[in-house]
Amino acid sequence: MTDRVATPSPRRPWGLIAASLVAVALAAIPVIHLVVRVLSADPAELAAVFDRPRIPLLVGNSVLLAASVTLTAVALGVPSAFLLARARLRWRGAWAVLAALPLAMPSYLAAYGWLAWQPSMKGFWAAWLVLSFVSVPYVTLPVAAALRIGSTGLDDVARTLGRGPFGSFMLGTWPQIRPAVLAGALLVCLYTLSDFGGVALFRFPVLTTAIQQAYSASFSRDEAAVLAVLLVALALLVVIGEQVARGRAARRIQAAPATGRRRMTRLGPWTVPGLALLALVPAVAVVVPVAVLLGRVLTAETLQAFDGVNLAQAIGNTVLLSAGGAVVAVALALPIGVLAARHRGRMVRGIESAGYLALGLPGIVVGLSLVFFSLSVVPALYQTALVLAFGYGILFMPKAIGSIRSATGQVPTSLEDVSRTLGNSRARTWWAVTARLARPGIFAAALLAAVSAMKELPATLMLRPTGTDTLAVELWQRTDISAYGAAAPYAVALLLVAAVPAFLLSDARAGREATREAIAPDARAGREATREAIA
Amino acid sequence: MSRLEVRDLTVGYEGGPVLHAVDVEVPHGELLAIVGPSGCGKTTLLRTIAGLLRAQSGEIRIGQRMVTTHGIHLAPEKRRIGWVPQDAALFPHLTVAENVAFGMLAGRGSARAARRAAKSDEVRRLLDLVDLAPLAHRAPGQLSGGQAQRVALARALAAGPELVLLDEPFGALDPMLRADLRAAVRELLRAEGVTGILVTHDQAEALSVADRVAVMRGGEVLQLGTPEEVYRTPATPWVAGFVGDAVFLPGVLHGDEVATAIGRLRAVPVADAAGLVPEDGADVTVLVRPEELRVVRADAASVADATAAHRADADRRADDGALDGIVTDVEYTGHDAMLALALADGVRLRARVTASGVVPRGTDVRVSVDGSVLAYRPEA
Repeated sequence: MTDRVATPSPRRPWGLIAASLVAVALAAIPVIHLVVRVLSADPAELAAVFDRPRIPLLVGNSVLLAASVTLTAVALGVPSAFLLARARLRWRGAWAVLAALPLAMPSYLAAYGWLAWQPSMKGFWAAWLVLSFVSVPYVTLPVAAALRIGSTGLDDVARTLGRGPFGSFMLGTWPQIRPAVLAGALLVCLYTLSDFGGVALFRFPVLTTAIQQAYSASFSRDEAAVLAVLLVALALLVVIGEQVARGRAARRIQAAPATGRRRMTRLGPWTVPGLALLALVPAVAVVVPVAVLLGRVLTAETLQAFDGVNLAQAIGNTVLLSAGGAVVAVALALPIGVLAARHRGRMVRGIESAGYLALGLPGIVVGLSLVFFSLSVVPALYQTALVLAFGYGILFMPKAIGSIRSATGQVPTSLEDVSRTLGNSRARTWWAVTARLARPGIFAAALLAAVSAMKELPATLMLRPTGTDTLAVELWQRTDISAYGAAAPYAVALLLVAAVPAFLLSDARAGREATREAIAPDARAGREATREAIA
Repeated sequence: MSRLEVRDLTVGYEGGPVLHAVDVEVPHGELLAIVGPSGCGKTTLLRTIAGLLRAQSGEIRIGQRMVTTHGIHLAPEKRRIGWVPQDAALFPHLTVAENVAFGMLAGRGSARAARRAAKSDEVRRLLDLVDLAPLAHRAPGQLSGGQAQRVALARALAAGPELVLLDEPFGALDPMLRADLRAAVRELLRAEGVTGILVTHDQAEALSVADRVAVMRGGEVLQLGTPEEVYRTPATPWVAGFVGDAVFLPGVLHGDEVATAIGRLRAVPVADAAGLVPEDGADVTVLVRPEELRVVRADAASVADATAAHRADADRRADDGALDGIVTDVEYTGHDAMLALALADGVRLRARVTASGVVPRGTDVRVSVDGSVLAYRPEA
């Protein structure tokens, strides 16, 4: 059985590699097109754009906001994760759900809620407050997961060697959760850099908002392109920085034990501050905006201006477009996810990382690049639903890859072996066995992409066919002129429509769990046998 | 006519070959056990025969069909073989009957087709064959390990294969169940007239279940023969030690005798892999099976079962150089016992005696050898 260690894939899966390369290329070409266009522009024009005093200010604002939001989210998220994973807590399950809740909130919706309550909010502090609290779960969730896997064995050793509680936490547990903290910080940083709606509502000038302004003032599209390239460069810098930092962390963590005991901390006098922290995050990010919003819906002014037909149309557009985006995202992600789950090697790793690179692409950049690309290559497609769905596909492919990869990885290869020997071809085996068993995961990938697409604002603004307004766009158009009352129904509709796939998603997760359970006994038997073979 | 023939098979990955020039032959209807330590390449050999791995060179012939030769590789789905993996690998989304039915779909496998075919008489017959008809509608998760393996076997047989390959199918089971299932599998393969190959790391299982045994080490087949051949006349000292308990003693060959620390023994020289036979006067390694050592109490008269003939025999051997020793440890297993012995000159031996021949620790004994022993060229 242990011979299997020396048994990699029988041969290079050229078909799968080719399909993955096509997917990566499709996702990358528009952005590469944009970069090449900017770099090959007339140097004099470029210099003129860079000469404007606004550019250093915009870059500075973007960096300042991203850095401060990331630090705040880490400062709030790590203690939250510790409370959820390691403290004796009543109603732990409920707190965990509350902690994840802000993920469902688009930044512009939270910002809109706060503005409807406090119209004077604007500038850096307002943007910092809302973005920080909305993005805390990006840190809390991975860190809590790492804490649940890790052990407190090293902390205990450190305590017996004379360190205090905090010192031994830093010595024992911190190295175990460091990669998770870094990954969470990366997500927050990218999220803040690429955020458009929230920042724009608070009128804080950053790169994303400047790109949108330059784009809508159609005479300076070149400036928009230059700013977009700057933004992509910033995002790539962050991604590379995280990779370097994580590489160092990964080497350090190897000493940590894979299994061990976890000691739960009794909070004692810290109970009240702890619970206050856990309550504060969802309150600021979700409860306040939603409460304000619901209050607005029910005012006479709103009910008077309510246009049911328009709302229904917007809902229909949102659902259709996001479904199309989900289909494209899954189609692009499928070969990459399957390849990454089933094969190893430098080439496979390269393709997978390339697939994840889109994580660093702000929606506004993808939108802008597709505008340029479709205009110069296939003008007939410009401002069609096809291009918009394709944009969603590029943006949300990385989310789909992860889900598809883990779902495929959970199907034991021995099932494929059996199917092959029973006379089924490679393709038939994939369809009848692998895809059949990975179906909940693939379905979850599609839902994940759909939820994200529904909430996506800047790419939708740039790529939507004229006259086709989604909920996000309708909401945006009304908040822009401070017509808060009129916007409220669209905000509520967006929350409700996005909640449907989110609900299905938790259901699909349950389904995947069931699959895993059905497979688990076999896997466990295999592990036991391996242990026996070694002994 | 041979049902499976493997000639000069070499399989490897980037890290170098895992199998070197392997030859294996299994006659029609027989069960071959491939046994060897972890990493010896036995599973790789099985997967290559199945077509799940590609060979670098060599030939594989199943029945009349050449399935691997000169870089030509017949896909696993066209080889008509049955595959029973260690984890049984039942499809979790299908019931027991549907799993078996999946095997009969001949390349058009799908959950829906399996559901339809699950009602056929053939599925019922196969489930009866493995004694699982009452569990036809269970999900795989509700089966015990042994039941799952029997379903996997029925599924493999459903396709009507010429050859069934079993990859450590009993590895995950507890010992009692293992013996039962082992006997059931052998009986079933015989009844269906199917040739089988079983991979195992358990030499006792290999010797007890198979018609032939192939012993592998480091990607090579060291010996292929009946269980008795492999045990009685192992090709190398390593094979001897792997398939059973063995005592090795250094000695010097003199004609048909060998001089050892326990005296001059009648010896049969064994040729090594290169065909070299130990020469007269050469240093050799002598193999003695623990059950070939005769142990009697020094005060032979008090040995319970010592007959007059035995005593006379012991006396004669004593003149030949049977040695004095002391029992340093006793491992009692019920049907027999293993004695650890220290001879007067410091040599340590292990001897197996019947339960009635057990002598307590600390007893003075005399040790001699029954019959002739094998003499090997010392391994480098």
